[in-house]
Amino acid sequence: MTEKPTIPTLIFRATKMLHTASGDQLLDIGFQLKQGSILALYGPSGAGKTTILRILAGLTDTTTGYIQTGGGNSDDSQSSDNTNYSKTGDNTNYSKTSDNTKGGKNSNNTKPGKSTTNGGIWLDTSHHINLPTRHRSIGFVFQDFALFPHLTVRQQLEFALPKRSDRSIVDELLAMMELEELQHRKPTLLSGGQQQRVALARAIARRPRLLLLDEPLSALDDEMRHRLQDFILKAHRFYQLTTILVSHYLPEIFRLSDEVIVLENGQVRKQDTAANIFLEQKISSKFRATGEIIDIQPADIVCIVSVLSGNSIVKVVATTAEAAALHIGQKVVIASKAFNPIILPLG
Amino acid sequence: MIDWSPLWLSLRLAFLTMAILLLLGIPIAWWLAYNRARWKAAVEAIISLPMVLPPSVLGFYLLLAFSPARGFGKLLDQWLDLRLVFTFPGLVLASIIYSLPFMVNPLLAGFRSLPADLHEASRTLGKSDWTTLFRVLLPNMRASLITGAVLSFAHTIGEFGVVMMIGGSIPGQTRVASVAIYDEVQSTHYGLANRYALVLLALSFTILLLVYLVNHRYNKPKSML
Repeated sequence: MTEKPTIPTLIFRATKMLHTASGDQLLDIGFQLKQGSILALYGPSGAGKTTILRILAGLTDTTTGYIQTGGGNSDDSQSSDNTNYSKTGDNTNYSKTSDNTKGGKNSNNTKPGKSTTNGGIWLDTSHHINLPTRHRSIGFVFQDFALFPHLTVRQQLEFALPKRSDRSIVDELLAMMELEELQHRKPTLLSGGQQQRVALARAIARRPRLLLLDEPLSALDDEMRHRLQDFILKAHRFYQLTTILVSHYLPEIFRLSDEVIVLENGQVRKQDTAANIFLEQKISSKFRATGEIIDIQPADIVCIVSVLSGNSIVKVVATTAEAAALHIGQKVVIASKAFNPIILPLG
Repeated sequence: MIDWSPLWLSLRLAFLTMAILLLLGIPIAWWLAYNRARWKAAVEAIISLPMVLPPSVLGFYLLLAFSPARGFGKLLDQWLDLRLVFTFPGLVLASIIYSLPFMVNPLLAGFRSLPADLHEASRTLGKSDWTTLFRVLLPNMRASLITGAVLSFAHTIGEFGVVMMIGGSIPGQTRVASVAIYDEVQSTHYGLANRYALVLLALSFTILLLVYLVNHRYNKPKSML
């Protein structure tokens, strides 16, 4: 794996009216993403996270929109009949990609082990370009996995292969995801974590440019989440994917993402690294935790503020004046300077 | 001695109708399941019409339509030398229209019971609608396919009114089992009528039993297959 040039691999802009439970809301999003990075989409439910993935996949229409993928893998030169891809990062050389809308030339000229589909412009409403889902080089892992009930694990992966592509990736993925023992089972005989690995392997089998994960770990317990994060990272690196992940879960975002986009009311509020977004850098301290105020009790001349951080409740003393600025339900950072934590092993 | 030809004719008619309905019903049900056209409801209503219409009404209009004296029937007669009134091809066409809802409705229910994301997952894996239909959707609705096939088969065996109107009772041509029973009763051959009736009764029961057995089998957890 070579060092990749830091050019945007994905340019995304879209507007769409969302009909959510809390009324209509305009989704108006634009962002760019570097090749090979992992982007996390974070925000309250109804903020449009899943909709963004679906627009990228071509499963949901937009009012206006523009999606360009480029700066692809250096082995994308298979399309000699169509566009002359240079690897310099100059995006102007994708001008002929509107041909793709007529279909037919995406997967059939695939060489073994290469990315399955050309990049280029997937969506440009101002030029009436809207590449159908099947011609976009994506792997999509659905929230409930969407495995095919009638196929075994191995058959799911084989189904995902483009015609005339190298079949060895099936064995490679089965090994990587530790699914070899389960390869002849159907999905109903698999646990949640196993199904998740199959869904991930199936999404990658066609060697997509872009991997889209829609809260893939939400149905799993903590230990399983952790293992699956490893699988996602492993696959992301090995297959040099660009990954976009919808997640509510901060530890997961910290662990996986290079960048985070915080969505609020249908708009991008911040795009930065997880650390820059979620950790206040102004306080220098040795110990820090984030939490939510669940109780404020006056006691004599001070107040005891109870903060729920993770699964534990921390009680902090605050002056009455300080407490007046706080309210129950507020998100806060607890920090301490002259503090030496004790570490005890568990179990 | 029982004349087997009406029974044989009934079976041939039912098989042909079922086979053609499978070919027609799959694309129609697929279109109804995934299209959002506003006039879809009208199409659904027209397809289901034979379920509520007296068969004689359907037969009467088909008789008018197929009549070689005018319009559509005249066109067929002159250009294709095809006569649909009182002929076997006419019976097949009438049966297809008559049994269409019994094929389309189970298939439509089958498509609608599939999770939407199966369809979407297949598309994100680069598959065409055609591949998705034959390799993902249909294999996961085998019970609906079998129900549709068997019901349209059985319904065709049991048709009477339409056959009477459009086919009459020409031995070896349009004299199917249900018509044969009627004829035998008219001629007070109750014994013979009873034999035809018993065969039809046994056949219908066996077919329905099969449908329910198959449905029970497919309704078990998929892993048991």
